[in-house]
Amino acid sequence: MYPSQFDYVAATSLAEAIELKAADGDEARVLAGGQSLLPLMKLRFATPAKLIDINRIPDLDSINRHNGHLRIGALVRHADIVESDEMFGAIESCAPMVADPLVRNLGTLCGSVAHCDPEGDWNAVLMATGADVVATGPSGERTIPISEFVESAFTNTLADDEIVTAVLVPVPGGRSGGTYMKLKRKVGDYATVGVAVQLDLAGDGTIARAGIALTSVVPINTKITAAEQLLQGNAPTDELFDEAAQLAAEASEPRDDVRGTAAWKRNVVRVYVRRGLDLAAEHANRSDEPQSDYSQLDQADQPPSDPQQ
Amino acid sequence: MEITVDVNGVEHTVDAEPRMLLVHLLRDRLGLTGTHVGCDTSSCGACAVLLDGAPVKACTVLGVQADGRSITTVEGLKTNGTRDVVQQAFSDEHGLQCGFCTPGMMLVTKALLEANPDPSEDEIRWGLSGNLCRCTGYVNIVKSVQAAAARAATPADA
Repeated sequence: MYPSQFDYVAATSLAEAIELKAADGDEARVLAGGQSLLPLMKLRFATPAKLIDINRIPDLDSINRHNGHLRIGALVRHADIVESDEMFGAIESCAPMVADPLVRNLGTLCGSVAHCDPEGDWNAVLMATGADVVATGPSGERTIPISEFVESAFTNTLADDEIVTAVLVPVPGGRSGGTYMKLKRKVGDYATVGVAVQLDLAGDGTIARAGIALTSVVPINTKITAAEQLLQGNAPTDELFDEAAQLAAEASEPRDDVRGTAAWKRNVVRVYVRRGLDLAAEHANRSDEPQSDYSQLDQADQPPSDPQQ
Repeated sequence: MEITVDVNGVEHTVDAEPRMLLVHLLRDRLGLTGTHVGCDTSSCGACAVLLDGAPVKACTVLGVQADGRSITTVEGLKTNGTRDVVQQAFSDEHGLQCGFCTPGMMLVTKALLEANPDPSEDEIRWGLSGNLCRCTGYVNIVKSVQAAAARAATPADA
C-alpha cells in the first residue's frame, strides 16, 4: 500500500517547521514517529499535500523537569519513556503498554496526543495527570490544558500554523500514585477498555486530587469529573472507591463490537477503575520510599484476571 | 529526491519518491528481498530492520526518512561468509517453520541481545512481542534466542 503523492520536507529547525506549517495550513501534516500517520496515509484516510518531517530538529527529543513539571519533547519516543527514570504513576505504567516494541521505537507521545484517536492511550493518561500541551506557532509557545486540546475523534484544537512541541505533566509534590489499566486482546492491539488513574494524597491522608480518564469506551478520551469530584477531599475507603467506579462506568459510552458487548465493557470500566484506585492509593502510600519498581511490564502480555468478578 | 543510505555497511545513493516506503526501497530498489512484506499494516514485524541499531517496521517508515542513516537488514547479519551467532542459533534450534517471519525475528533478537545479553524468557517474549509467527513456532524461536545468548556469552563455542 502506497500513500498518495505528497511533498516532503525535512525541517532542520523549529522555526523552519513552523514557517512551513503556516504556509500550508491544514494541507500539511507533521511527521514525527509516523506510526499513526503513515498507516492512515497508506489507507488513504489521510492525503496531506505536504509532510513536514521534524525528526532532524535538534532538542525536541529531551525529557526534563522544569518548574514542577515534566516536559516531554515532541520527539520523545514511547521507548524513551519506558527507559526513563523520570516517569511516575500513570505515565510510567502506560508506556510499556503502548503498541509493541518496534512501534515504540519510533512512535512519539506528542504525536499520539496530537492524533486524538479515542482508542489512543496517552490522552487518557494526560487527562488523569492534569497535563498541558505545548503548542508552538509563529508568535511563540502557548500551553493548552489537555481536555481543551482534545476536541473530537481525530481532531485537536491546534491552529493551522501550530505544532505540538511538548507536553507538560505536573510532578506531584507529595504522596501520589497512579496506574494505567489496559484490557486488550493481544500485544499491540488497541485497548478494549483503558482506564488511567492518578491520585494525590494530602498530609492527612485524604485525597487532594483525583484524575480518572477513559480510553476506547467513550467517543473521545474523557475525564470522569463526577468520579474525580466525589473522591476529592475524602479519605480513601472501599465504599468511596466503589462509588467512584460506579460513576465512571455510568459515564462510559461503550458500544457492542467484535471485542465484546457494551454491557460487558461497562462492567470492565467499573472493575478497572476500582482496581486502579486501589493500586494508585497503594502506590501513593509508599511513594515516600525511593522510586518503586512497579513497572507493569508483565501486565500487558498476560491475560488479565477475569474482570467480571 | 536523492537520498544516501548506509545499508549493511554499504552506502547507496538512490533517487526515491517521498512516498516510497523503506521496505520497498530495500526490496525493489536495492534488491534486498530478505526484508519481507507481511501484513503491510505495522502489525506483524516481518519487515523489521534495524534503523541506527533499533528495530523498526520498514512498512511504516518512509525511505526518505532513512537519508543519512544506517540500516541493517537480514542480509547484513552474515560477516565474511560466516553466519551471525543469532542466525546459527535459529538454524540449530529450528527457530523457524515457513521462515517468513524469521528475518524480522533475528534482527529483533540481535537488537535485544545487544541491549540485554542475558535476557530471561519473559524478557525474550516481551522483546519479540511485536513480531508474529503465523506458524506459531514461538517455543523454538524463544529457544533460539536463548541459545544465541548463551553462545554470545561463550564465544569459544560459537
